[in-house]
Amino acid sequence: MPGRVGVRPAGLRAGWLAGGVVAVLMALIAGLAFGSVALPPGGVAVELLNLVPGVDLHSGLTAREVAILTELRLPRVVLGLLVGGLLALAGAAYQGVFRNPLADPHLLGVAAGAGLGVTAVISLRAGTAGDATANLPVGVPVAAFAGALLAVALTWLLGAAGGRDRSPATLILAGVAVSSFLAAGQTYLMQQHVDTLREVYSWLLGRLATAGWHDVLIVLPYAVITAVIVLAQRRELDVLTVGDEEATGLGLHPQRSRYLLIVAASLGTAAAVSVSGLIGFVGIIVPHTMRLLAGPSYRSILPLSVLFGGAFLALADLLARTAGGQAEIPIGVVTAFFGAPFFIVVLRRSRGAS
Amino acid sequence: MTAVRVRDLRVRLDGTVIVDGVDLDVARGEWVTVIGPNGAGKSTALRAIGGLLPFTGTVELDGTPVDRLHRRERARTIATVSQSPTVPPGMLVFDYALLGRTPYIAPLGRESAADLAAVEEVLGSLDVARFAGRRLETLSGGERQRVFLARALAQGAGILLLDEPTSALDIGHQQEVLELIDRLRGERSLTVLMTMHDLTTAGEYADRMVLLAEGAVAAAGTAREVLTEDNLAKHYRVRVRVIEGDHGPLVVPVRS
Repeated sequence: MPGRVGVRPAGLRAGWLAGGVVAVLMALIAGLAFGSVALPPGGVAVELLNLVPGVDLHSGLTAREVAILTELRLPRVVLGLLVGGLLALAGAAYQGVFRNPLADPHLLGVAAGAGLGVTAVISLRAGTAGDATANLPVGVPVAAFAGALLAVALTWLLGAAGGRDRSPATLILAGVAVSSFLAAGQTYLMQQHVDTLREVYSWLLGRLATAGWHDVLIVLPYAVITAVIVLAQRRELDVLTVGDEEATGLGLHPQRSRYLLIVAASLGTAAAVSVSGLIGFVGIIVPHTMRLLAGPSYRSILPLSVLFGGAFLALADLLARTAGGQAEIPIGVVTAFFGAPFFIVVLRRSRGAS
Repeated sequence: MTAVRVRDLRVRLDGTVIVDGVDLDVARGEWVTVIGPNGAGKSTALRAIGGLLPFTGTVELDGTPVDRLHRRERARTIATVSQSPTVPPGMLVFDYALLGRTPYIAPLGRESAADLAAVEEVLGSLDVARFAGRRLETLSGGERQRVFLARALAQGAGILLLDEPTSALDIGHQQEVLELIDRLRGERSLTVLMTMHDLTTAGEYADRMVLLAEGAVAAAGTAREVLTEDNLAKHYRVRVRVIEGDHGPLVVPVRS
């Protein structure tokens, strides 16, 4: 509601929200229609509507095509949307909490911590090893969460050792050190449990390829908890941009918001990593693009990161399974291919600003 | 009625005593300026009074101990503008001023029409409404200072704590901002407690002054009582000549 001064307060604009929803729907239909067997997008859209209880329309797809759609592709695309949304949301939350444009689940070491947790569960689980397509054990996200929290705590402590005047780079350097340390632990575990190597490796490259509804159900509760907590703090994140002391003066409890957000973002990262393996750069590309396009308020960055992050990862996954011919490209390779150059641009911008 | 009552205020930062037993009173509607050499504890004392630092002793705002006020309630009672507030990249002036309404917005709520109207009114009264749609970082020092004030005024607090609000400004803009604060104090019956380095200017505007040295009150009273050649020589280690001016003593440093 523009007033006398003609300025609308920062927040999520309806146009951007609609754009995000459209992007998700387009990624969903594209992800379902394209693949080794091409399906007509119109028929796919109708079949999606048929999933709504009480709707029964004629899509023109055969029973086999419907099975491909609902049992193979739909869980994979839905998982891609969830994982992408979670990683982007976690990245945006870390950037706000640490007031650091370079913060990202991977650069902070959080993903490596979650990876160590997952590797530990898979490696140390005796007897049932070897089957890469087996359902993910329910304990995996819990172990991933423990590893993620350990990692973010280590990174924070190590980054704080630089004293008060630390630059954005200090925290990231700490994250790199923590990542290397945890990755070393992971490699050691893999070496010691060669029998589970294949399973760990297939998970590392991204499990989206073998995703089923089971994986979606495992990640969903964590995704909901993370999204609710982080989105509830969206205005607090805007206030935190003026600094902890000013935020305290405005009646907030910055440290409490910070802990809550770090735990929630780490939970989301852990859930994403435990079903999808290590997929980098989503947490930095998507929030920054939203910041550039829709403005610096977390009230728009956070919800838009969920939508566009999901759409981005679903499309990256589509590219991963179609661009390489018969063999799938690991999805982490696709996101790194786009993400690494983008990261350099962000680094240059943030150096210019400081 | 006392707006700010401070007794035996002590603050330690990283194990060092910065403020060491300060007593201070500011009556409602009064303007008190704290002066003192660098490192005397002026800013630290101000931050403690605003509830931003842990302290021992008593700080009462409008008769209530500050540590007994809920955070949001405190933010509606006292507003602080720090020495060099962070300018969030990309944030519009309007959104920045709107942050001042935070203590009125429920944890999961959004700004009401009343909040928006309050901010528009404040921006208008500080003559910065025309910048509302600009990014804060594009404003000049004097314009920014007025926007920082706007954010503090938007809090609707009766007590204003200003930590060297003019330190980044040239003398013309210094005077402009201080005149503005004086006008707002009259219009909104504000109580003003601030720190300042420029002694002559500080003395011209303040009702009373407090000289801090090494964390304790060295002198307090009117500008004439505090800005004496003896006081300044002793605590600033400087030779000055104090001359009677139209609005108070003029402090002129003299080479020794």
